[in-house]
Amino acid sequence: MKFLRDFLDKQKPQFEKGGRFEKLQSTFDAFETFLFVPDKTTFSGAHVRDAIDLKRTMSVVIIAMLPALLFGIWNAGYQHFLSLGQSPGFWPIVFYGLMKVLPIVIVSYVAGLGVEFIFAQYRGHEVNEGYLVSGMLIPLVMPIDIPLWMVALASIFAVVIGKEAFGGTGMNVFNPALLARAFVFFAYPVKITGDTIWTGGLSKGEGVVDGFSGATPLGNAAAGAIDKIPSLQDLFFGFIPGSIGETSKLAILIGAAILILTGIGSWRVMLSGLLGGLSMTLIFNLFAANEYMKIDPLTQMMMGSFLFGIVFMATDPVTAAQTTRGKWIYGFLIGFIAIMIRVFNPAYPEGMMLSILLLNAFAPLIDHYVVEANINKRLKRATTSVKS
Amino acid sequence: MSNVIKIKKGLNINLIGEAEKTIKELSTDQFAIKPTDFIGVFPKLLVKEGDVVKAGSPLFMDKYRDNILFSSPVSGKVREIKRGAKRVLLEVKIESDGKSESIDLGAGDPLKMKREDVLDKLLKSGVWPFIRQRPYSVIANPADQPKSIFISTFDTAPLAPDNDLIVHGQGEAFQKGLDVLSTLTKGKIHLNIDASATQSKVFTNSKGVQINKFSGPHPAGNVGVQINKIDPINKGEVVWYLYPQDVIIIGKLFLTGSYDSTRIVALTGSEVLKPTYYKTNVGANLESLVKNNLTSVEKRFISGNVLTGTKIDPDGYVGFYSSQITVIKEGNYHEFLGWALPGFDKFSFSRSFPSFLFSKRKYSLDTNLHGGERALVMTGQFEKVFPFDIYPMQLLKAIMAENIDQMEQLGIYEIDEEDFALCEVIDTSKTNIQEIVRKGLDLMRKEMS
Repeated sequence: MKFLRDFLDKQKPQFEKGGRFEKLQSTFDAFETFLFVPDKTTFSGAHVRDAIDLKRTMSVVIIAMLPALLFGIWNAGYQHFLSLGQSPGFWPIVFYGLMKVLPIVIVSYVAGLGVEFIFAQYRGHEVNEGYLVSGMLIPLVMPIDIPLWMVALASIFAVVIGKEAFGGTGMNVFNPALLARAFVFFAYPVKITGDTIWTGGLSKGEGVVDGFSGATPLGNAAAGAIDKIPSLQDLFFGFIPGSIGETSKLAILIGAAILILTGIGSWRVMLSGLLGGLSMTLIFNLFAANEYMKIDPLTQMMMGSFLFGIVFMATDPVTAAQTTRGKWIYGFLIGFIAIMIRVFNPAYPEGMMLSILLLNAFAPLIDHYVVEANINKRLKRATTSVKS
Repeated sequence: MSNVIKIKKGLNINLIGEAEKTIKELSTDQFAIKPTDFIGVFPKLLVKEGDVVKAGSPLFMDKYRDNILFSSPVSGKVREIKRGAKRVLLEVKIESDGKSESIDLGAGDPLKMKREDVLDKLLKSGVWPFIRQRPYSVIANPADQPKSIFISTFDTAPLAPDNDLIVHGQGEAFQKGLDVLSTLTKGKIHLNIDASATQSKVFTNSKGVQINKFSGPHPAGNVGVQINKIDPINKGEVVWYLYPQDVIIIGKLFLTGSYDSTRIVALTGSEVLKPTYYKTNVGANLESLVKNNLTSVEKRFISGNVLTGTKIDPDGYVGFYSSQITVIKEGNYHEFLGWALPGFDKFSFSRSFPSFLFSKRKYSLDTNLHGGERALVMTGQFEKVFPFDIYPMQLLKAIMAENIDQMEQLGIYEIDEEDFALCEVIDTSKTNIQEIVRKGLDLMRKEMS
């Protein structure tokens, strides 16, 4: 790799201040540090440092999302051919899925990273790796038939309004990927709701065999067609229509295991989120005023993006609560409110997105009260020691 | 007393290069006292180059607290006064005459002396700077009444010296030192020992103190953690602390009337061929300490341990408070796709490298930062190595925002930069956390004075 290093060292002066391409300094730096961990050494404080950095952290998250992505690609093809009433075998299915999903991924990365690079240069920062994850999350929460220009627009919106407007990575209040989803949801409601967009080609009016509706389990449930909800097995493995990454609970659980094992995703948020969803469902079961409220907890948890949201969205460390106790409360409320919105408000079949965004907004408040308790404890100790 | 205080959060970093448990005599005639070792001190020189000094002769004093003197560790003459940029006083170098003569301050039983007389002796001999205070880790103010005095008899930092070995045979002087300290506070003297490792009778048979047992990973040996668990500091309160070797120096001062700055230093680290202990005096020259005992790679010399020590030059001097020298590799190299490779040999607190499967492994770490500085993204990591009832991230952010009220509310009086060292090591964003904490403490100290 010496020739590569030599090449970089030779080009570097051109990108530094006063060089020909000084406007591309951040971009150069991003690529250089991608190829080589920098030779920077400690100059203050601890002399040795952990081998982990943000690149490593983010790549672990991406690895955790890969099973969901791969299954999503396969399922995109599977659903498409199902709607046509064909079963052409594994490779054509995967090929179709790739042709549909890959462009979305590429567009999301190019659009989002482009904005990131511009802002990093403008601010004189190094490029933060946060978007590597957001850029993958955005395709995973999109319906398969979404127009590519919408993905681009949503990605740019997510980075500019969701992140840079707040001061960049680490400062944002809302999860950028969810914001992208919310953007298309509210800006182009016609394009992202309904039964046709979840299956490749369906929205263009390609042929549909009898009995294939394309509706997601949530769509069925909201429409009162409880009997049309697929079997637990299909829900678990993900042979159902839905956003690209959300359908296979198995793939999501593999991702969750990776996140928990490496310690990078908060198991507290995941567990409390599940408990929250479970509690709400059980309360609904208790009253059971309509068919939707009667759905058992297991089915409820496996419909829609509930699991996907808890594992990949709610755990975003920047927008989640930061304190340990706060994380429990935050996760629980996300699960709780997601099921509530889903059941009570049929206009928004997917309560998860709104629930996480809502709790993103409240996370600082939750933290505030948790920290306040600590402050009061300290004050109390101080006053007792003065008295004694 | 038999209750063991268990520290659960923390991290032991196992490094290669632990000192062999034998003590060698070091023959060097070069020593120096570095004013930069003392936080918040403005040095005013009292000697000039060529002056003849004895052990205990004052070299400089604190301009704003003129009763605090800093004295020569050995007898000899002032060889050089080294200044840096803007004429900042860096080192007062002493060449020893090998006689180790000390000024005579007269022996005395501290328990029969008045507090003022004890203070007077400590100040005049120049041993006072060994006694420091929390908050802020500055030299204690003789006018204060500390609510208690803390001595940590064990060090949990990487490759830390074994105090049991260091104090061996010094029981009398140690006890005398404790007696001296007992005249300085109306509160308790807390002598904190390692529940499983501390064996030395010097510590366990100490009288007039409360012995507390601790167990757990680093930072269990940090005095800040121990204060926090036993007698936490509230606003306006002051706790004094010092290291075991310094208690012995104080004890000897009252036993013999002379300033004996003997200091045992552990030479450690992966780049030392034969790591071992050396017996010398405070402020010994590094060159003679490491002579013919180093590997040939590019090295970093640290006075202290890898977490909190100070980088010194190869011809520098051991710090005033240090009893350890660590020598490790410099890490100024590029690593191809280092963040993406599996990394079986990488040290990481996170489990994102397979090396976490081998928890007993000893590492030879270098000074590479392993990444670029980023925004603070990850949460919940610091809490795993920070055994205080304090929110580390929130406190850091309050310091960065220079929000005095919030810093106080979040418990800045209870912590010191060394308590954040582990947070800094494991930080994904490569932030210089100790520097931030120091800034916060300095700001607070200015605000409060």
